Amino acid sequence: MTDTIDEKQTPFARNPRHFGIDPGEPWPDDVPMDQDDTRWRYQGDPKGAKKAERRIAAAWTVTLLASIGLAAVYVDGANNQLAGLCWGLAFGGLGVGLILWARDLMPGHDVIASRGHHNVSSEADRIAVAESLGRGLDPMARRPFLLKMLGAVGGVFGLAIAFPIASLGPRPHRNLYQTAWGKGVRAVTQDGTPIRPSELPVNGILTVFPETNPSDALSPTLLINLGDADYDTPPERVGWNIPIDGKTGIVAISKICTHAGCPASLYNVVTHQLVCPCHYSTFDVLHLCQPIFGPASRGLPQLPIAVDAQGFIVAQADYSRAGGAPVGPGFWNRG
Amino acid sequence: MSTTEERIAAQKRLRATRAGTDTIDERLGSSKFLTSVLDKIFPDHWSFMVGEIAMDSLIVLIITGIYLALFYVPSSKEVVYAPTSGHVYIPLVGQKMSEAYQSVINISFNVRFGLIMRQAHHWAALIFLAAVFFHMARIFFTGAFRKPREINWIIGLLLWQIVALEGFTGYSLPDDLLSGTGLRVIYSIIESIPFVGTWLVYALWGGRFPGTSLIPRLFVVHEFLFPLLIIGLLTAHLMILWHQKHTDFPGPGKTETNIRGSRIWPQYALKAGGLMMLVSSVIFLLAGFVQINPVWIYGPYQPYTVSAGAQPDWYLGWQDGAVRLWPHWEFRSFGHEIANPFFPGLLLPGILLGIMFAWPWIDKKIYKDYRAHNLLDRPRDKPFRTGVGAAAVTLFSLLTMASGTDIIANNLHVSYEAIVVALDYLVIIGPVVAFIIAYKACQRLQEVDFHPIQRPVGGVIYRTPDGGYHTVGDVHHGPSHDVPADAGASHGSGEHGSGEHGSGGAGRDSEKSVPAPSAGD
Ligand code: HEM
Ligand code: FES
Repeated sequence: MTDTIDEKQTPFARNPRHFGIDPGEPWPDDVPMDQDDTRWRYQGDPKGAKKAERRIAAAWTVTLLASIGLAAVYVDGANNQLAGLCWGLAFGGLGVGLILWARDLMPGHDVIASRGHHNVSSEADRIAVAESLGRGLDPMARRPFLLKMLGAVGGVFGLAIAFPIASLGPRPHRNLYQTAWGKGVRAVTQDGTPIRPSELPVNGILTVFPETNPSDALSPTLLINLGDADYDTPPERVGWNIPIDGKTGIVAISKICTHAGCPASLYNVVTHQLVCPCHYSTFDVLHLCQPIFGPASRGLPQLPIAVDAQGFIVAQADYSRAGGAPVGPGFWNRG
Repeated sequence: MSTTEERIAAQKRLRATRAGTDTIDERLGSSKFLTSVLDKIFPDHWSFMVGEIAMDSLIVLIITGIYLALFYVPSSKEVVYAPTSGHVYIPLVGQKMSEAYQSVINISFNVRFGLIMRQAHHWAALIFLAAVFFHMARIFFTGAFRKPREINWIIGLLLWQIVALEGFTGYSLPDDLLSGTGLRVIYSIIESIPFVGTWLVYALWGGRFPGTSLIPRLFVVHEFLFPLLIIGLLTAHLMILWHQKHTDFPGPGKTETNIRGSRIWPQYALKAGGLMMLVSSVIFLLAGFVQINPVWIYGPYQPYTVSAGAQPDWYLGWQDGAVRLWPHWEFRSFGHEIANPFFPGLLLPGILLGIMFAWPWIDKKIYKDYRAHNLLDRPRDKPFRTGVGAAAVTLFSLLTMASGTDIIANNLHVSYEAIVVALDYLVIIGPVVAFIIAYKACQRLQEVDFHPIQRPVGGVIYRTPDGGYHTVGDVHHGPSHDVPADAGASHGSGEHGSGEHGSGGAGRDSEKSVPAPSAGD
């Protein structure tokens, strides 16, 4: 124990100020007086301290080697695994060394101190701040007219300076309901070629785009050759398909899921169901593409199609023009 | 151990140190402040490290992010992949893609150490969010949000939201198939907001989805706006923490008015620096060995394709899960409609978040406890709160699981529909069951042990050859080392509002009579 006494004669000996207590205050009884936080783990154990020093040096040697390795890896073409290993070892060695140094050779004994202020000011200070605020608030309160006017003017001006925000995007308008399809617009594949009905085998499925604007994101449409499957055709949809050999033949269905707009692209030929891989809404193609599972609550709209004079598949009209529901997910003024 | 030379050396060092601190002091008068900084006491508990881990990964994020920004091109301009120099990723040659996507491919294959920086950035983000979640849970379960720390709870929640958005915007920047699909869903969710939805999406996207305005705007938001907000709020968070002093668990010698721990300088500071290095180490090891977000495999975004198994990063999984599980409701009347994605995408998270913001005040009402606290609750001491927390964690986990339903279905070879239906029930029943189990477990735990500030204080007692005794271990030398529960302003009174303590009381009282060994007589 003689060590400790010696140690106290270093210039870093503690005095009560350090325990968070004003020397003028009475000493609180939850703060012990005789604390010593100058002790460290291997104090009085030179052998242990030496060993600790060696451990730390070893850790930092790892950092040293890994840093050199990092340079080599870089020059050698930066293999990702080796780079990760070197970075990881370099950081790791540094960190382990620092923590060991702190734990073994640094003073850091627990001490108990007063919390001092308790996040509350004295009554006098609290009165003072309210009074200082009052120095400005009182004259303001004496001019109710000016205050009201400031509020009103501020509101109007606030609206006025919101105008730059209006430039961020166009006003939503009719194009919310529109796609790039229209009367006579040809259906083309991803690489721009138009399609003849004969090119689509029974149960075949093909994603097509309007030739006039193939990149329009609401327009992708699925052509499905249903063969002789029994397709529900309400009166208003008569003539929207391209019959083959007097059977149902090819129908065109919007690929944009009515739930949240992902492409509904998984088709089950046996059950004639379309599944959207985003949240797994399932649509029954033979029954107006109504949703039968998942979060979607509206069927996929159907595009009326026909064959043009050259024998290529074209649209008869846009989805909404044809009297069908607009494409894609819902919004407020859609109804 | 200290010899005369050593003492002289120490005196010399002190003079040298003073030369430095005096130089600053004569300009800023900073000595008093600096002393208070160096001497600051920080309580020690492993769970207090979690906030630090969040901070450390944020630093890695900022540094790797600046690096990536030097190479990333925020542009939707369509290009055909044909890098001018260096490596070429063959499968993409000739494909149409945005300049943004091409620049990310370029960072991955043509910038030396670019890939590891990208992967480190992504891993750091995942670890960051994980640390934030754990940190938040620790704050909640221990009641650290109580007066006077409500402001930091609010700032923390704001940080959590901004940080999650920061993650999402970053995830969207590469403009790959997966992130494009995520953006499509977000577009629909915003579009579904009553009254203003269509205006909002047109303003954000500069028109209809996908448009060409979004990528540059996302870049500004991800690189500038959100980081600014995060750094600003975090500064406030930490300054308030500093000013209020950290909370601590109850324990021997600890009261509401004192603080026990080690000083910032030197031990705490070095350990914190070491922890930062270790966090960086883990991030870079992951970045080296565990591939993440290989956008070259997903391919560029095309509005008409999607891959199955499209999931957001894990921290947004719960929202995706809610969108998947929500029933197919929509409200349509008078020519207006509230579309389905609005309810799970915004309304549900909004309500849950509202409850979280209000929680410190709800908690006051429940426990009729309006006082300030510096000592934490152990989760078992507040069964109701712990039950609510357990229910929230369960709901969160189940919703996150729902985000991976297709993956679960594929791996377990059960039908997708069966899992969704099961989860539909589970998200209702699970939290209730979790609440009950946690509540009962807390009561049980209260019965079997006694509160740390009531436990006998002591360690190993040694008898010396001359007949004296001294104690080594868990002891402190103060006049009040066996603080009873009713001591002054400390823990205890006023927290019995809901009568939860009923069963534990008697048992603890009898335990309390265990004599506390004391030092040196
Ligand atoms: C950007 C994310 C965040 C960072 C980097 C961060 C950082 C920290 C750090 C380093 C501490 C002190 C150490 C600790 O207690 O763990 C702390 C304390 C605290 N944090 Fe956070 N935090 C973040 C988010 C949050 C969130 C989401 C909440 C809760 C909603 C929160 C609430 C608090 C509170 C109440 C304290 C005081 C704790 C006490 O004194 O016991 N923080 N934060
Ligand atoms: S977007 Fe198709 S199910 Fe959600």
